[in-house]
Amino acid sequence: MEQRIKIAIIGGGPAGLAAALGAYESGIKAEDILIIERDSCLGGILNQCIHAGFGLHRFGEELTGPEYAERYIKKVREADIGFITDAMVLALNDNKDITYISPTTGIVHLKAEAVILAMGCRERTRGALNIPGTRPAGIYTAGTAQRFVNIEGYMPGKEVVILGSGDIGLIMARRMTLEGAKVKAVCELMPYSSGLARNIAQCLDDFQIPLMLSHTVVKIHGKERVTGVTIAEVDSSLKPIPDTYKYISCDTLMLSVGLIPENEVSKGADIEIDRVTNGAVVDNFRQTSKSGIFACGNVLHVHDLVDFVSMESELAGRSAAKYVTEGFSGENKSDTVPKGGVRYVVPQKYYGSSIDEKTEFFYRVGKNYRNVSLNVLADGTLILKKKLVRAAPGEMGNISLKGEALDKARKASNLVFTIEEGENV
Amino acid sequence: MKKTFTCVVCPIGCELHIEFDPEDISPEQIKVSGNSCPRGEKYAKSEIVNPERTLTSTVKLNSKILPVLPVKTDKPISKDKIFDAMHIINGLIVSAPVNAGNVICKDFINKGVNLVACRTVSE
Ligand code: SF4
Repeated sequence: MEQRIKIAIIGGGPAGLAAALGAYESGIKAEDILIIERDSCLGGILNQCIHAGFGLHRFGEELTGPEYAERYIKKVREADIGFITDAMVLALNDNKDITYISPTTGIVHLKAEAVILAMGCRERTRGALNIPGTRPAGIYTAGTAQRFVNIEGYMPGKEVVILGSGDIGLIMARRMTLEGAKVKAVCELMPYSSGLARNIAQCLDDFQIPLMLSHTVVKIHGKERVTGVTIAEVDSSLKPIPDTYKYISCDTLMLSVGLIPENEVSKGADIEIDRVTNGAVVDNFRQTSKSGIFACGNVLHVHDLVDFVSMESELAGRSAAKYVTEGFSGENKSDTVPKGGVRYVVPQKYYGSSIDEKTEFFYRVGKNYRNVSLNVLADGTLILKKKLVRAAPGEMGNISLKGEALDKARKASNLVFTIEEGENV
Repeated sequence: MKKTFTCVVCPIGCELHIEFDPEDISPEQIKVSGNSCPRGEKYAKSEIVNPERTLTSTVKLNSKILPVLPVKTDKPISKDKIFDAMHIINGLIVSAPVNAGNVICKDFINKGVNLVACRTVSE
């Protein structure tokens, strides 16, 4: 089957939903938008994130994941924006041709005028970690375990060790404890957690679950089912220290060792990927290196807060609407450059003249900082200094340029973002 | 007495420093610093006087679509009642259709606190 559409959105999670609404609110007709979702319902990962903590920025109140998703799904339904569920995108090329398959439509070749990538991210798996030992049942990524418990109503184990202190791992430590499991330890390879401080407080400290920093799992025991793990402290080069080995009996090992943007489909379109974010290189409109293909949400860079996913995705939706109605001028773009402590900046490029009234940049730092400043330099001249009481790798920061600083940024050929430590911050 | 903990009210997670007299824990006597907004001060005081948490979980659901329904307490409950609350939650069964916001259990644990559905399930 052949189909044509103005704006195709790949993924019906928080990013895809907000992007669709962004395009719709910019004047694109509901029937000219199609959201392609591979699960049987819209909402994506939010459906399994039953804990509260979503929406403080967006709605000024604290919602659970399903509630946050429902607000967007309701708007999409009310606007009658097109969506198809149980549909898997098999291919995308740089001509914006999409091939998808679903039980109701079979294989469909979809020609889109603009494409928004909103596929979200996936979890790093054990295979990527290379822990020696057997390969028994009872090893899950934290997100898979979360789906089992919160959507399928099934408990994956009774005695749990969690490797990695990402937010999903911390949330699952509490969730498993509430459901009667014993979480014996959360081991974190690094000397700091990658999760939010509040999650360490309310998910671990509340239930006296030990967070063992600079620790890793060195061996998994058990033939058919996990019977235990050996953990060890690591030295400053992250190598296990031999005489610190300790055995912990458990029937479940959960991994919460990071998330990677899900860019399999993007590769078909030959989109330039940032080696740090593992997401597309985009400009301030969230347009990728291929004209008319946009990216937003966790497929672009892994966010901590869905509120920022929604805001970014609405912007991508508005941009796609602008692209299909009036197009973008072919003017030059300038680069953003992360330096000295700043690991990455999104967007990686920005337009000089058509930049919005206020442009927001997201960044992450490489380690924990206290009382530093984030400096923004346009062609080497300091244009903005933002004081940070704390900055941590687990917390995405944002900084917006407006007024005079933005004027200077417009004229510059590059914008450097860097952390300044010491007396004069 | 001095205490330091993380504010859990919003994702910023400010580090709160609390100074209080364990003999007299009336909220006016508790000194709080490190908070970036008034909610942090309120949280710090309640953490000393009577720690509370919003509880989220799932209940069994009779439905063609989903086996369990996400639920939450519509107000925070005492931290030390959380496992009692889980015990009740694990005994509840709900039937679809259900709308997000529907009260699943009235006066749940404390008077005036309800357990409410977080998701709409049509059948
Ligand atoms: S003090 Fe205010 S800003 Fe800081 S974590 Fe608490 S609620 Fe958030």
